[in-house]
Amino acid sequence: MTPQSNFMVVAPILPGREEDLRDVLAAMNLSPGVANPANAIFPFARFETLHVARFVILTDETLADRPPADRFDDAPVYLAFLGDSDGDADQLLQRFAETAGEGLRRVFSHCAGFDAKTNLLPWVRAHSVTPAAQYVNWVGRTVSRIREEAALHSALRGYLARLESANGGETPARIRDRLVRLWQHEGPKLSAEAPTPPAWRIRRLANFIGVSIAILLLIPVIVIGAPFFLWALRRRELTDPVIVPRPTEDHIKALSSIEDRAVTNQFSAFGNVKPGRFRLWTLLVIFQLLDFSTRQFFTRGRLARVGTIHFARWVFLDDKRRLFFASNYDGSLDSYMDDFINKVAFGLNLVFSNGIGFPSTNFLLFGGAQRELEFKYYLRRHQIPTQVWYKAYPELTAADLARNSMIRAGLEDRLTTDAEARQWLALI
Amino acid sequence: MNVAAKRMQPSERKDMQGLLLTAYGGLPEASFLLLSIRDRAAAAAWLAAAPITCGDIRDASKVLQLALTAAGMRALGVPEAIIAGFSAEFVAGMAEEDGRSRRLGDLEANAPARWRWGYRSVPHVLAALYAEKGGLAAWRQRIADDRFAAGFEIIDELPTSDMGPKEPFGFTDGISQPRLDWDHGPRDAAALAEYGNLIAAGEFVLGYRNEYGFYTDRPVLDAGLPGAAGLPAAEDAAAKRDLGRNGTYLVFRELHQDVRAFWRFFSSLPGDGRAVAEACIGRRIDGTPLVPTTGSIRGIAAKAVAVNGFTYEGDPSGLACPIGAHVRRANPRTGDMPGGRQTWLGRFIRTLGLGPADLQQDLVAASRFHRILRRGREFGSYLPREEAVKPEAPDPRAGLHFICLNANIARQFEFVQNAWLASAKFAGLSGESDPVIGNRLPDPAGEATDAFTMPQPNGIARRVAAIPQFVTVAGGAYFFLPGVSALRFLAACGSAG
Repeated sequence: MTPQSNFMVVAPILPGREEDLRDVLAAMNLSPGVANPANAIFPFARFETLHVARFVILTDETLADRPPADRFDDAPVYLAFLGDSDGDADQLLQRFAETAGEGLRRVFSHCAGFDAKTNLLPWVRAHSVTPAAQYVNWVGRTVSRIREEAALHSALRGYLARLESANGGETPARIRDRLVRLWQHEGPKLSAEAPTPPAWRIRRLANFIGVSIAILLLIPVIVIGAPFFLWALRRRELTDPVIVPRPTEDHIKALSSIEDRAVTNQFSAFGNVKPGRFRLWTLLVIFQLLDFSTRQFFTRGRLARVGTIHFARWVFLDDKRRLFFASNYDGSLDSYMDDFINKVAFGLNLVFSNGIGFPSTNFLLFGGAQRELEFKYYLRRHQIPTQVWYKAYPELTAADLARNSMIRAGLEDRLTTDAEARQWLALI
Repeated sequence: MNVAAKRMQPSERKDMQGLLLTAYGGLPEASFLLLSIRDRAAAAAWLAAAPITCGDIRDASKVLQLALTAAGMRALGVPEAIIAGFSAEFVAGMAEEDGRSRRLGDLEANAPARWRWGYRSVPHVLAALYAEKGGLAAWRQRIADDRFAAGFEIIDELPTSDMGPKEPFGFTDGISQPRLDWDHGPRDAAALAEYGNLIAAGEFVLGYRNEYGFYTDRPVLDAGLPGAAGLPAAEDAAAKRDLGRNGTYLVFRELHQDVRAFWRFFSSLPGDGRAVAEACIGRRIDGTPLVPTTGSIRGIAAKAVAVNGFTYEGDPSGLACPIGAHVRRANPRTGDMPGGRQTWLGRFIRTLGLGPADLQQDLVAASRFHRILRRGREFGSYLPREEAVKPEAPDPRAGLHFICLNANIARQFEFVQNAWLASAKFAGLSGESDPVIGNRLPDPAGEATDAFTMPQPNGIARRVAAIPQFVTVAGGAYFFLPGVSALRFLAACGSAG
């Protein structure tokens, strides 16, 4: 198995250069916000291990929400270039520099500390940012595997249509046998999985043992500290300002104009962490647990009950004063928010209630995102337009990917009974 | 936090337009007038005295209901700050944003630019007239009198026809409606894990608590504002007046149904074409459900169990009713949690997503947040199926004036239309949008959406391909159907200016 990895390059945009940069980014697009996979500046599709990627200008319309004692008026406007890919991220950055160095130079020349003499790769490495937590829909499912399995699905669908007209009355097991033989005879090839890098296995195991031991060791501290924590938390929850004005019409229009141009959408959001050590440390602990859960448990198609997210990440910026969130989800924003509210409100609350202005929560888990319209306004207002977004398989949802993987598994497994065969056939 | 919603008082009934409480099924004649305000003061004077029928009148023989678009309120001189209190979708309108058109499937043949009305020529006021048999012409004449004509220009008049319980394709329609819960108290999370049909009034009537226990967008005004004293008090804001209370958002879409193409296509299929059409709809022609009824569902009366007492829980793979069938998409009848009622531990495990991997079943959950009240009327002539397939059959020019009422257009009408009906990826399907109302356009990545899958017992799904477009959108708008006192307030804005 080849596990995925991610990269994110962040650099402040030079004063006065933002409009120019927007023009360069727009030149990469096929339709507003959606990248041309083969554009001349950064030809995304040439990097066949790249799942999703985006260029996004991190403007922060909510800086004024910060309390007067903790203003951050000189906060920079950043350009972020981020993506998720198979295998080692640094190797991919090297390939970017080799293959698309010129285009990247053109983009980054709008950023502080980058000029004609800058050596691209070291600069990119120096401006790389590691997420506080990340989520991958299916750990180890590579782009090439996704393509092979999609081709398999459509081939099997074709065979089935042929068989359907040719004969009825056969048992599911017999039909399956015929399909398998057709596939062996003329079907698309399915590559074997590459061996899992031992270093990755060790890191994952170490994470499991380390975090588990830490939790066990900390149980006494948690038990003793809980009342104090809850008291301090409750005091804040009751007084923290809630800032949820309706987003402006123009803001909604700017976001909406780049959405629903494919079955999957991008989401980028930016906000300010509540000042003070209490919220920051709470957030750091929660990110540890979130990262732990997405490494160890939520690795097979869903994050808690949500099965529509391909990749997501949470990233601290500006010495942890601000937080950036990016995801790639299936369906329209309304169904995404619906999932947030109805399925994982607790998860949203755990993280984002530590952000300035979030709808009021009760004991970190309840309320918050369940305050429907306040939450929707909060989320929309913190969302920022993504200037360029790329997804390697624009026609496939996470549910498609899961189904295709199940079809493949069923093809390679020995299914003997009619019931098993029937279930497998129904997937096609 | 909030004042508890009480049982509906008779005074509230009196403050509502009757359409919220009834579809006026007893009045078979109806006509929809789309109006443009010609003279603000005259229009305001007419609106202030318009003989609308309120919810407390149950036996009216002729009925007038009035609704306004955001453009209409502007034309009437309602201050911009008040209009801004309505929901963003209502203010923006149905047709003005490309993003919305993409989500609603209003592209190509359905594109607003091709609409007869609702794009650029957005009506200001909708006057819905209902009358008993033979009474409409006289009623219309009485409504459209000289005072009316001084204020309004009729930009279009949408006639309707009485097809009884059927819609133009011949299927019995309008069977499933949510039942309103005026007593919206604390909710039982365990019970909500299962599908129910008893829905908080605030999902359909503004100013009441909705399924989340909150209130949807509508203008809430200072009591001191001129005229505001006559408005009901806002439940969720002390000392404020509620312009939305006892009103709702009315979604109107003129849908043309190609009856001949529909039956010609299905009769051209091998085998029993009618059965395939029924599978596409998700009910038999006479309205009988395709899945067995199980009875006892919250909010479904005993006498309706035979047609509505069912969910799809016993049919996860769509053997009885295909997953992509129109009625299954329009209301998937899911509870909040897959697998229904659980112990608290079961709920906890499922909430964390660590339960059984019923991924597909959980893609569509919590139907209770996406219900609508349907109030549509058919138009054109009725062409029976047997006639429709004949080559010489005349075009019946039939269709549905789709009307629905909801408190949150984005979460109810638009969500159902986008995420459930138009989506080619609904509930884990691929390559098929709604078999009846889909626009058949390939998705932006070029994948077809014009198929329909019917799972078969042997595991080989029958896939009907290349279904033509049967339903075309020819107009539409978002209206505000005000309460009675709200209508008087809006009219007063016009005469004050």
